[in-house]
Amino acid sequence: MTAAGSCACFRVLPVRAVMSVNQIKKEGDPVSQRGASQQDLAGVEEFTAEQLAKVDAIVAKYKGKPGSLIPALEDIQEAIGFLPKELQKRVALGLRVPLSEVYGVVTFYHFFTMVPRGRNIIRVCLGTACYVGGGAQILDLMVGNLKLQPGATSPDRRFTLETVRCLGCCGLAPVVVINEDTHRQVKVGRITKILESYE
Amino acid sequence: MPRLKVEDLYRIKGEVLRASALEAGKRSARITVHMGTCGISCGAEKVLKTLKGALEECGRKDIFITSSGCAGMCKKEPLVTIEKLGEEPIRYEEVDEKKAAQIFEQHVLGGEVVKDLAFAKGWEQKELALEGAKTAAGGEEVPASAKVPFFGVQELRVMRNRGIINAEKIDEAIARDAYFGAAKVLFQMSPAEVVQEVKASGIRGRGGAGFPTGMKWEFCSRTKSDVKYVLCNADEGDPGAYMDRSVLESDPHSVLEGMLIGAKAIGSNMGYIYCRAEYPLAVKVLNIAIDQARDYGLLGKDILGSGFDFDIEVYRGAGAFVCGEETALMTSLEGKRGMPRPRPPFPAISGLWKKPTVLNNVETLANIPQIILQGGKWYAGIGTQRSKGTKVFALTGDVNNVGLVEVPMGLPIRSIVEDVGGGIPKGRKFKAVQLGGPSGGCVPAEHLDAPVDYEAIMQLGAIVGSGGMIVIDDTKCIVDVARFFMDFCQDESCGKCPPCRVGTRKMLETLTKICAGNGKLSDIDNLQRWATSIKNASLCGLGQTAPNPVLSTIRYFRAEYEAHIKEHRCPAGVCKALITYSIIDDCTGCGVCLRVCPQEAITGEKKERHVIDQAKCVKCGACRSVCKFDAVAVA
Repeated sequence: MTAAGSCACFRVLPVRAVMSVNQIKKEGDPVSQRGASQQDLAGVEEFTAEQLAKVDAIVAKYKGKPGSLIPALEDIQEAIGFLPKELQKRVALGLRVPLSEVYGVVTFYHFFTMVPRGRNIIRVCLGTACYVGGGAQILDLMVGNLKLQPGATSPDRRFTLETVRCLGCCGLAPVVVINEDTHRQVKVGRITKILESYE
Repeated sequence: MPRLKVEDLYRIKGEVLRASALEAGKRSARITVHMGTCGISCGAEKVLKTLKGALEECGRKDIFITSSGCAGMCKKEPLVTIEKLGEEPIRYEEVDEKKAAQIFEQHVLGGEVVKDLAFAKGWEQKELALEGAKTAAGGEEVPASAKVPFFGVQELRVMRNRGIINAEKIDEAIARDAYFGAAKVLFQMSPAEVVQEVKASGIRGRGGAGFPTGMKWEFCSRTKSDVKYVLCNADEGDPGAYMDRSVLESDPHSVLEGMLIGAKAIGSNMGYIYCRAEYPLAVKVLNIAIDQARDYGLLGKDILGSGFDFDIEVYRGAGAFVCGEETALMTSLEGKRGMPRPRPPFPAISGLWKKPTVLNNVETLANIPQIILQGGKWYAGIGTQRSKGTKVFALTGDVNNVGLVEVPMGLPIRSIVEDVGGGIPKGRKFKAVQLGGPSGGCVPAEHLDAPVDYEAIMQLGAIVGSGGMIVIDDTKCIVDVARFFMDFCQDESCGKCPPCRVGTRKMLETLTKICAGNGKLSDIDNLQRWATSIKNASLCGLGQTAPNPVLSTIRYFRAEYEAHIKEHRCPAGVCKALITYSIIDDCTGCGVCLRVCPQEAITGEKKERHVIDQAKCVKCGACRSVCKFDAVAVA
């Protein structure tokens, strides 16, 4: 399979089975074994009291509202950056939802991540228009240039490389989005220059 | 903000029209910058800033600058429209800061059109044409909108407000008749009459499946329940389709009004819009629109004083293609993993939170207010026997005019590709048009005269789907395209049904094998056999349609599959394992390829022919795409 074949990093196991907490402890977390987890991320899962207060405030806001697990997780990820097990447990307790369900949701949706990401998030669009417009080639070059596989974060946390299925800017294909900036009709010759502008 | 009554709608409409009309001495010119996601990413914000700066500098008080949503011609963004008193508006393409300054100086202040930058004059919306408007000086050669093929063939209904209104101002929408349909429904029509009108229009679900909307509403209206829901499916996951994003960003009130009308028809008081997380601007615009509608009493309790209550909330998806399937969407709204549920019971009987629910696509809902105002008969006036009205297509890929096009049903696909799209760029040859995304198929050149019609396109092995239309030229490998879609479906399969979960994986493996030159002839038969099992034994639309891209490409391009298998050759020169790059004598030794190669596989002295080290080459094709002399050959 070419690099174009693997999707956003937060894809779970091939078979999206839900693991029990004990199983996760024993076998290790399948998601965090990918990408950044191979690097030294010691200490990243310790949160300041302030961060935890933020999480608790979000949980309190959604408590008792049916169907609020996904919005709550979205808000928490926005505030903290990622959703490690510690935070999932906190959400599970706070919203009175089984941890298995929280973990199931976090690993089901591409938007959620259990590992911290880089300062600059590169999203190479691999929607159909971008793919036929050379998106796969752009991704190959990004992989070569950054020495990162899709889904991984560089050791210095400067970049996280991701792929995305269609951003709805097909008229501008191929598209690369870095943080909030949309780069349109990206040409191979421009890639190095584009990357250099992000510290 | 006061809560409105029906007469206030007329008052606001009149006020806005009066206040926005150009008038001698008071308002001599208006500049509109089109700011959808595409426009913004092409620098529309900078253009807006430049224009505002220029206006401030000259100190004129009779010139206005405003912004609106997407104007539809995505490849030519940023677009700017200049209206001057008594003259036809002029639309400029690919405007940047420098060009904006020039346009302001020469056209807005000087009164002379910048010919080289203008691409059309007059509105594409025929009803906006001003009587007696003159052609601006210097604009004689600029083609009229109706004469530009891209606009001429289009019939704007869903996108009737594109490029005109500012989505963040509800008054501007009201001036274009927003909520007049809702008012009619609330005060003059019974739920049964609403259903009847929608049924008469013949409109079918624009999200892909094409189920008649009126019937869906009728089923749900008959179900007895204290609570019912109206949902809007804005989880536009099909890669290559973005008309829903455009509608939500540029005309959100048409969707809100459509939901309100649906609510009255089925007797619901609560609605949700499930919008995908990849569309941040759409979510923002929707929330603003909902707040404004609530302030005006157009949502919430006692709407327009009719005693009818209905409210809407926006729900952000979290990135899962399967959530575009109706039951999966409902499961996701309930806060769970978005997995589909068996039907029956159908959502009209037991949907969200086990309550009767109607789910419609953005484009379908945006049609509803017009159907109510102008009548179902008017809507059914165009189209084919079984497919009525218009359909919006996102025309992309290897075609000159990329953009959103709304055409009458029944128009031949050829007309969309060749007239609206302006043909294939760089003199290349048309190979196929992919319709319907991962659920659809490829239509080859010999079937291009087929009409846009649900049944006709299904017979060709594709589907109208949500309206993604991707043109593919002869430099693209059809097996690779099939593999791309299978990769997508395999990745997005939720895993509930083994035929889909395992089958898509098997099909992907086989296609990957063929692309790598390791395929056997029996693989083609296997693909077809597995495809049948997956289609028959999957619960939801994702699995039932996932094999379509493979089946349709085998049907029309079997020879290309066989070339990969028998001759170990990729005719289009795409599949990496089957090609080699080499530099031929045309090389001038400019060194551009040498610098761009990520593997440092290219060597050579300046002004001498370069060489690719095949051992290092990863066949990314970067050298070929940067070479200005066509000196990199693929074999």
